[in-house]
Amino acid sequence: MAIATESEFHVLAVDDSIIDRKLIERLLKTSSYQVTTVDSGSKALQFLGFHEDEESNQNQPSVSPMIHREVQVNLIITDYCMPGMTGYDLLKKIKESSSLRNIPVVIMSSENVPSRINRCLEEGAEEFFLKPVRLSDVNKLKPHMVKAKAKDHQEPAKQGPEGSETPEVQSVQPQQTPAQSSNKRKAIEEGISQERTRPRYSGLTVI
Amino acid sequence: MDVVSQLQRQFLDFTTSLYREGFLDDQFVQLQKLQDESNPEFVIEVVSLFFEDSEKLLNNLSTALQQHIVDYKQVDALVHQFKGSSSSIGAQRVKNVCVSFRNYCEEKNVEGCFRCLQQVKHEYHLVKSRLDALFKLEQQILAAGGSVPMIA
Repeated sequence: MAIATESEFHVLAVDDSIIDRKLIERLLKTSSYQVTTVDSGSKALQFLGFHEDEESNQNQPSVSPMIHREVQVNLIITDYCMPGMTGYDLLKKIKESSSLRNIPVVIMSSENVPSRINRCLEEGAEEFFLKPVRLSDVNKLKPHMVKAKAKDHQEPAKQGPEGSETPEVQSVQPQQTPAQSSNKRKAIEEGISQERTRPRYSGLTVI
Repeated sequence: MDVVSQLQRQFLDFTTSLYREGFLDDQFVQLQKLQDESNPEFVIEVVSLFFEDSEKLLNNLSTALQQHIVDYKQVDALVHQFKGSSSSIGAQRVKNVCVSFRNYCEEKNVEGCFRCLQQVKHEYHLVKSRLDALFKLEQQILAAGGSVPMIA
């Protein structure tokens, strides 16, 4: 299997703030990712080819249509506070979708609310970044995309007519492996401590 | 000192004062780090977006607070937006007023909100004029054939 390079990764960024969209786009492009930005959760779902009738429910008797995603999205990074569909709502919809649930989702928020952070992580978000997002945050994205791509190569296509799940897929979400738990704990700790330890600007060094 | 060195000195002194007086914080430094030869106008572009967005927000805030019955949820949502955008570009003093502003919204304190609106308008105009001056200095340095000193 070829080693995945950054330019093969496509990130979908969702934020209602035009300033933050510009920022996250620059951060992601600096890291050599392909970027698409949208200003709402509903536009994100549209872009992802999400169809409301798509059920993860195995009891669904009718045949669900083959969802063909035109564009591969390797990670979704979304703001939490958005009018209409919040980042959390979007996260839920993605994790409930049989064709989208394996796409890693990262939440951004300007507010450090531990219960909010926990809720998102429990719902399956890989990371929770406090805004303003920095390059050091964006550097944390790659492992999630590499892992998801590796998983895609290992498993048979899930987009079959029955919409049935392989046991392998079912065991991934939302159970937490110890490794995943510690990552998420780290995110919470970082989330809480970031506010206190954010370096204050002092002194100048002229390059 | 030649013209370029003088301008560069001016630029550095001015920038130092902006950070020292709290107009800008580290996030502005982060923005500058994202600017390079492939995106030489990045900071100006983001800041311009901020200016445009802020004018709209301030207008909407004025309107919202002038309503007979103030919708504090709406005011809070606008201030939250302003807090976010000012934080994203490093406009520290604007952001700090927004924090107080949100507290008054929560208390449904109309006088407090009005005071904060005046304050945030004031701080916004202060930082805008300073950033405009900073960008002008940059242009002058470049026009004189110099390079803009980077501050780490």
